[in-house]
Amino acid sequence: MATSVPFVRAAKRPAKVAPAPDEPLIPSRGGRGRGAYWLYLLPGFVLLTVIVLIPLGWNVYLSFTEWRGIKPPEFIGLDNWIELFGDAAFWASFRNSIAMIIAMVIVPTLLGLLLAALLFDLIGRKFGGRLASFLRATYYLPQILPVAVAGIVIGWILRPGDDGALNQILESIGLGTLAHNWLGSPDTALASIMLVMVWVQIGYPIVIFMAALQRVDPELYEAAELDGANWLQRFRSITVSIIRPEIYVVALTCTIAALKVFGPIYVLTGGGPGTSTLVPAYYAYSEFFQSQQVGYGATIATALTVIIAIVAIAFIRAQLRGEEKERAGL
Amino acid sequence: MTATTPISRSAPDAGEPMAPPRPPRASAGLQRRRKNGKRPRTVTDWVLLAAAIVVAVLIAFPFILILINSFKSPQDYAATGPLQLPTQLYFDGIVRFWERVDFPQKLWNSIFISGVVSVLAVLISVLNAFAIGIGRVRARTSIIVLFLLANLLPQEALLYPLYYMFKQVGLYDNVWSVIIIFTVIQSAFGTYLLSSVFGTFPKEVLEAAALDGAGRWKTLWRVIVPISRPTLSVLLIFFFIWTWNEFLIPLTFLVSNDNQTVPVAISVLQGDRLMDVTTTSASALLGLIPTLVFFLIFQRTLTRGITAGAVK
Repeated sequence: MATSVPFVRAAKRPAKVAPAPDEPLIPSRGGRGRGAYWLYLLPGFVLLTVIVLIPLGWNVYLSFTEWRGIKPPEFIGLDNWIELFGDAAFWASFRNSIAMIIAMVIVPTLLGLLLAALLFDLIGRKFGGRLASFLRATYYLPQILPVAVAGIVIGWILRPGDDGALNQILESIGLGTLAHNWLGSPDTALASIMLVMVWVQIGYPIVIFMAALQRVDPELYEAAELDGANWLQRFRSITVSIIRPEIYVVALTCTIAALKVFGPIYVLTGGGPGTSTLVPAYYAYSEFFQSQQVGYGATIATALTVIIAIVAIAFIRAQLRGEEKERAGL
Repeated sequence: MTATTPISRSAPDAGEPMAPPRPPRASAGLQRRRKNGKRPRTVTDWVLLAAAIVVAVLIAFPFILILINSFKSPQDYAATGPLQLPTQLYFDGIVRFWERVDFPQKLWNSIFISGVVSVLAVLISVLNAFAIGIGRVRARTSIIVLFLLANLLPQEALLYPLYYMFKQVGLYDNVWSVIIIFTVIQSAFGTYLLSSVFGTFPKEVLEAAALDGAGRWKTLWRVIVPISRPTLSVLLIFFFIWTWNEFLIPLTFLVSNDNQTVPVAISVLQGDRLMDVTTTSASALLGLIPTLVFFLIFQRTLTRGITAGAVK
């Protein structure tokens, strides 16, 4: 069965058909054994090595060098790393990453749970599936935009000065005193970026959760309703518990996406004013190509990679533990 | 990958081909409910529906603003503000931006890059997944983890070495640099996904092919690929959209005007002094139209792929 939610399904589908686990699925007819399958891996593996593995190793090496991109890199040991730990801009960029996690993971997952349950449990059942899928498509709309374009759309609304759309709207409803340079002042720039990210991200959990809810037998809800469970109880003990694997997957993929945010920062603020919207990805980029401090940029990028790897491993372990507990409980 | 995943899945009402087969008792229950018509709606239901609609309007609002203001002259905008419909349709902003960035050229660059990447990446994914899922090569779990990590990595960690490498081989500022990079990144995800799909491939089919004397190569292309076509086409479409939406690497590698993709070309002109307020709005409109078109086209393809897979 093809699936539009690749990540979710794949993670949830351990090989059920398990012939002797190490045998190829095609019976071999003498001659060449299993080794020949390596030939099929060759092109993919060569490409992976050249485009990912070598550059990755090289980048780690560069974090121990001083390099301005022209003369050969000069080995300086741990200097970059020591500088990194004392760098206020780097820590500011990580605080902003946490803001991105709030805007891209926590808010969309919570809102997404509520809206998915609302669409599935109430609107789909009582007002018809067509209305529910129309609303779902609307929620999903910002997700299809390139993030840079999404940034431009919201950036246009938040334009500074009198011709900004939001400022004009405020003016027209008599709140002209609230008009503001939304992206240009340190007190609102980060909040504005967070708004963009919530807008972009909200559709993703809704679609994933609604797909997951199709696993729920409607009779389960009916039975719970007959037993006098109210909406909140049904939501907690049926909806949330059944789609828990998807919640993990959404949290994982969105956290990683939040740590990688680059496009909206590039098009909207360039990390400013000051460091108020600086994020690690943008910081690394500007060290590479604006300050020409390649070694230091590589250090930031390596640190970001390590953090993403830790997050991924922590999530996957938590998920496995959860599954084990569930199995033990059954 | 900013979680630009699933688009389709049709209405979530029960009894879709999507849903797993239910025991007969359940279907009887469903039919009973259908016959009785919809459930009674309470006041709370209407309030919640209204809330859901308000959220939808809020989410659609930026699109509506961009749409109406792209067709206004700057004077019209200054006089009536962003919420009014244009007093007369004004196409100069769109035309000026269209010509300024040579939009057809940018569209073609994006289509070419995304199209080639999606085909090559599916091809590589199929070959990798054949070895891992069907051939069950040794250490396959570690290999899958390796591919998955390659997809999760922040692109910044590869950026400068790749930039340097492609400069050395003369592919910097050439669309092929971006094509090669994204073929690898997308196929890393494809390998991860397809390996588990191929891992559950019905063994009887493969045995039958072997009995008929088909070799591995032939079995792959004549049996496995045709049967997995729904999955492969979904993968193809996702690779296309994901590549279309990429920003950092095209921004870094495609510096000259002739090579830029749509999102890059639009972003680099933001804040330009010559861009008045409605031209900027028009630029955003041109950036979002292609993806809206894909959304409408692929919505159906994806749904068809999914149902076809389920019926099989």
